[in-house]
Amino acid sequence: MNIAFFYALTGVGLFTLGVYALIVYTHLLRKILAINVMGSGVFLVLVALAARTQNAPDPVPHAMVITGIVVAISATALALALMLRLRDASNHIELPDESVE
Amino acid sequence: MTKHINKQILFRLLLVLLLSVLAVGLGYSVLSLPLEASGLSARVTENLDASGVSHPVTAVLLNFRAYDTLLEMAVLLLALLGVWSLGDMHEHRESAPGVVLDMLSRLLIPLFVLVAGYLLWIGANAPGGAFQAGSVLAAAGVLMLLTGWRPSVWFMGLPLRITLVFGLVAFVTAAVMVQLAGWRMLEFPLSVAGALILLIEAAATLSIGITLAALFLGSRPPTDQATGKRTGPGAKK
Amino acid sequence: MLVILPLSGAMLCFLFPQRVKFLGLLTAFAIAASVIGLLLQVLDQGVQRYSVGGWGAPLGIEFYVDGLSLLMLLVTGLVGLAISVYSSSYFKADKAKHFWPLWMLLWAALNALFLSADIFNLYVTLELMGLAAVALVALAGGADALAGAMRYLLVSLLGSLCYLLGVALLYHNFGSVDIEILAQRLESSPAVWAAIGLITAGLLLKTALFPLHFWLPPAHASAPAPVSALLSALVVKASFYILLRLWLEVFPVASASMEQSLGQLLGLLGMAAVLWGGVQALRQTRLKLLVAYSTVAQIGYLFLAFPLSNIIGWKAASYMLLSHALAKTAMFLAAGNIMFYGGHDRIVDLDQVAQRLPLTLSAFGLAGISLMGLPPSGGFIAKWLLLEAAIRSGQWWWGTMLIVGGLLTAAYVFKVIGYAFTSSDLSHEPRAVPKRMEWIALTMALLAIALGLLVPMPLALIEIGSPFGESMP
Repeated sequence: MNIAFFYALTGVGLFTLGVYALIVYTHLLRKILAINVMGSGVFLVLVALAARTQNAPDPVPHAMVITGIVVAISATALALALMLRLRDASNHIELPDESVE
Repeated sequence: MTKHINKQILFRLLLVLLLSVLAVGLGYSVLSLPLEASGLSARVTENLDASGVSHPVTAVLLNFRAYDTLLEMAVLLLALLGVWSLGDMHEHRESAPGVVLDMLSRLLIPLFVLVAGYLLWIGANAPGGAFQAGSVLAAAGVLMLLTGWRPSVWFMGLPLRITLVFGLVAFVTAAVMVQLAGWRMLEFPLSVAGALILLIEAAATLSIGITLAALFLGSRPPTDQATGKRTGPGAKK
Repeated sequence: MLVILPLSGAMLCFLFPQRVKFLGLLTAFAIAASVIGLLLQVLDQGVQRYSVGGWGAPLGIEFYVDGLSLLMLLVTGLVGLAISVYSSSYFKADKAKHFWPLWMLLWAALNALFLSADIFNLYVTLELMGLAAVALVALAGGADALAGAMRYLLVSLLGSLCYLLGVALLYHNFGSVDIEILAQRLESSPAVWAAIGLITAGLLLKTALFPLHFWLPPAHASAPAPVSALLSALVVKASFYILLRLWLEVFPVASASMEQSLGQLLGLLGMAAVLWGGVQALRQTRLKLLVAYSTVAQIGYLFLAFPLSNIIGWKAASYMLLSHALAKTAMFLAAGNIMFYGGHDRIVDLDQVAQRLPLTLSAFGLAGISLMGLPPSGGFIAKWLLLEAAIRSGQWWWGTMLIVGGLLTAAYVFKVIGYAFTSSDLSHEPRAVPKRMEWIALTMALLAIALGLLVPMPLALIEIGSPFGESMP
């Protein structure tokens, strides 16, 4: 197995870790961080597998990842602002325990 | 009490088990992919000369799949709109920055701006381009904000908004203009492709930089009822 | 065009917050006009493909319009126009300043989504849509709305990332992200199964199919009324649309038997959704939560399209999409009117709403008729088609679900109407509901009913470019 697959598997691992953290932790900041870790995992898979070419790596996944990163930043920014606003409004920094899992 | 804890531990174990299965499954499917595959890189290389730039990633981002990039600029703007819709700023007392911060920022900020400009320019031939340059510009912006500086009030209304949408406006205008000139939407004719891409990227860099810096602040700027006091953000970090 | 217009509208609204209402409405009408234009074009020339940027797939991105996407665009245009008019009265100036740009961006995302034929592009549009929706929910302010928005955001991001991982696997396996090309190249392999699983899971999260529906009631119920209508009518349908399209065009090639069992699973979950949603709706004490659980239930019906994978099932699901969108919009807008009027939405205290807001209550009632599936209404036709599809493919047991679902729906609709006629112990200070808002709610409901009468046209539309080929009555 060549080196690209090693990175791709790491990406898969990150993704799974992120899912675990998202579900288990109740503090909102940790959930947001978990999403970011998951995102990095997916990007890693995209980019790693792009290196399987003969010469230069496939540029299309690279472009996809750039787009993905910007989207992730935007989402994180919104999430953080929402979290702060929620904390101000409700004095908790966790989601109310309605029917989560 | 212990019963509750047991239930929680059980739940977590179950979750770990399920997720391990998932991970193994995903890993297996990843490993099952062919060892060598060129994807679209061959096509990109073929059409690179027709794209107006010579770096493949930039060509993909700003020509072949420019529509994705356009939507992505919209996403960035949307995030800012969303954050601004959430509420007003908190009070912020302006304080003088410490000596180290003061000196470093004076040195670094012009450097950042320069690097951003370089990245923008070089994006046509080597790794670089609008997003990279925009990020560096945003870093400069964040550094300025960290020193306690805030843009003057006159800037905060319409001028700020114009710079924020500038990138998206440039993109949309380009898209529509080529359509009016007879081509398809976002189809850049070879003769102007390079220049057009550079223009769009420049506008985008400015917008991205300012949007990201504004996102760092985390809330809406004061509106026309600006008082003499400078208001500032709720701390994000 | 359909994408550029709302984007420009959003930017203009952002730049000139004083004239937001005017600019927003102008854009809304323009978009509606463009959709009609597209409709005429498709009726004339059939399925449309358009390469954005002049680069065809697989290098570039393509737009693809067939009967189904056109139908979605039409529904979006219609509901969008209605909501725009409604919102022009609903939001006060400072909330309106934020509402309009966000709404325009959401509309842009929806249009872009229905037009796209490229799964990565779909990811970007999904994110744009999701973030816009979250921001719109949070507009209501207050801890409930913020919590609902936060949960929605996290779920949405989880769904998107699962989807993206699936896209990554598909791309690296076959070298393209264009739907048509993938359909040609797809072969069965572990990576493909993983991708199918991931993409389906991600989209199911976003469509709130039971048991992944937990985020929907808090978000849809605590959002401002027009936003709730948008979410229930359009946003959840968008991810369903992607699922439908991918299933019918890309995945069948993978493996027939897998598809069968997965289809049955989705149908079963749909049935569970109908039952669970219906029961929960009955238990609610607040009107908007009731309507939100109703959405959970109605979404279940949509998923019958998967086990009943034939031309009638496809038409039935599309019809259901259409009529539910209209009916649910009417219902949420009616609920919004009631809340506006009385300041609360406790069902028990619906003080003689029937007398005081007759238009609104009629809207609610008519919408209820469509949801229940009584003739003559769009909902009835949709359920009829579903029943026919079920019988034709020999899976008659789904029919019982339709009946039980209908009964539950009737129960909770009548519950609300019943309370609306009685007077309650509390008296409130009513606020006058602007006529515009009432009329819009009523119009939507009437349209839902009209769908039951004007059947052949939408059905014919769906047939254009359908993956089952042209066919029968």
